[in-house]
Amino acid sequence: MDILTIFLLLCGLVFFAGGAVGILRFPDFYSRLHPAGKLDTMGSLLMMTGIALFNLHHFSLANIFTSAKIILIVVFVFISSPTAIHGIVDAGVRAGLSPWEKGDKRR
Amino acid sequence: MVTIFLYCGIFISCLMVLSLYRAVFGPTVLDRMIGANAIGSKTVVLLILIGLLYERVDMFVDIALAYAMLNFIAVLAASRYFQKRKGLFEKME
Repeated sequence: MDILTIFLLLCGLVFFAGGAVGILRFPDFYSRLHPAGKLDTMGSLLMMTGIALFNLHHFSLANIFTSAKIILIVVFVFISSPTAIHGIVDAGVRAGLSPWEKGDKRR
Repeated sequence: MVTIFLYCGIFISCLMVLSLYRAVFGPTVLDRMIGANAIGSKTVVLLILIGLLYERVDMFVDIALAYAMLNFIAVLAASRYFQKRKGLFEKME
């Protein structure tokens, strides 16, 4: 169980690192939303699953409830994070921000 | 195991500093909001890791859930507020 927990935590850290680098390196606003929306959600799924597995070490009713709450946080993040990103995209489109094209200056 | 959780937390904090660069120096207001959203989604995981370090996961889970909800509401409200604004970005030609 420890090996599985460590593996899931490291996978989540890789996803988070990719998200952070993508937010720094992509050329414009719309392409920056792509790592912000997907990789953060996936990274939190993997890390939370690993922590919930580790929490079941001492098997008792309270620990099962705590792990279920952690999984419920993951479900909430899966619903709310793409919705928030979609709200930001909507704000950008309605404000008339034009997408980046090849050859433009990196913003 | 506790050492691994500690180093995971430190690494997540370093990634939050990287996202903070986008939140501080972002060219438009919406870029700053992306940075703030990324920091918030990392903070939810970091709070549960802190709970494991203090061995009070049952308490920190509730704090993490409240923080996730707060982050979602804040970003959604800010994007609704900014969508009709003029001067959101400089015109680039």
